[in-house]
Amino acid sequence: MSGVPPSQDPELLRRLLRAKDRMDAASHENWPVRRLARVSGVSEAHFARSFKQAFGIPPHRYLLTRRIERATALLRDTDLPITEIAFDTGWESLGTFGRTFRDITGESPSAIRVRGRAAAQELGRVPACIVSAAHRPDLTIAVSEKRRRVAGDINGSSEKEVL
Amino acid sequence: MSQGVEVVGLYVRDHDEALAFYVEKLGFRVHTDVRNGDYRWLTVQHPDQPSFQLGLFTPGPPVLDAETAQTLRAIVAKGAMPPLVLNVDDCRAAYDRLRARGVEFTQEPVDRYGNVDAGFRDPSGNGWKMIQARR
Repeated sequence: MSGVPPSQDPELLRRLLRAKDRMDAASHENWPVRRLARVSGVSEAHFARSFKQAFGIPPHRYLLTRRIERATALLRDTDLPITEIAFDTGWESLGTFGRTFRDITGESPSAIRVRGRAAAQELGRVPACIVSAAHRPDLTIAVSEKRRRVAGDINGSSEKEVL
Repeated sequence: MSQGVEVVGLYVRDHDEALAFYVEKLGFRVHTDVRNGDYRWLTVQHPDQPSFQLGLFTPGPPVLDAETAQTLRAIVAKGAMPPLVLNVDDCRAAYDRLRARGVEFTQEPVDRYGNVDAGFRDPSGNGWKMIQARR
């Protein structure tokens, strides 16, 4: 497939934005496509594709970036135990949280906690609500794909892709 | 004050809808509303800020070609325009008041280091943060 996809109707985009906003507001909740499609007033069949075309990322992956962003902020700004942060941000197990966190950020939650605190001072003049978005991970490929590529590197694969 | 920023504009999808939102829901006042054919210069003001106007502009002819206008409408509808910040004395009270008027909030009031902030969007998709600063 090549070329520029047909532009989307701004009215549809505004409704898709509402689904994105809802995930932002409650990223710890479950967001099955059915629920998101209802928020946007589009069919389940069209929702995921329309969302990806609008925002450049599938809805489920977008939700992961928001959860990681929130977990990162909680690691930096609170003394909550990591287990509690995992459950607060929507994961069903500590193991899945740790693994996904590492896959996406390249670091463990505890390492991010130490580093985030050291860096937090520098952004003191920017509104905190805006700062957190600046720390959102840029998840341009699927987590499974990222995992596969890392595994490839460990196995001595000579194939290097620019991420 | 004779020098400084006087007008900053937002793109909105519809003048009348934006006017109703900023005036009736947010409590801004109309500063200027003049038309010339299809063109409309519409600015509103925060009641406590007489030296600053917020322009509410629709992308389109005669200023922009149809394709550019369509792109801008899409960008606004995706919420991709830069953040806007509204300072308030009492974020929670303002949240209750605006929500009762039907403002679409994207984030409930949250305490952050003594500041309280909430988020809402205008009907077009422009995102606002409403911040009560620590004092």
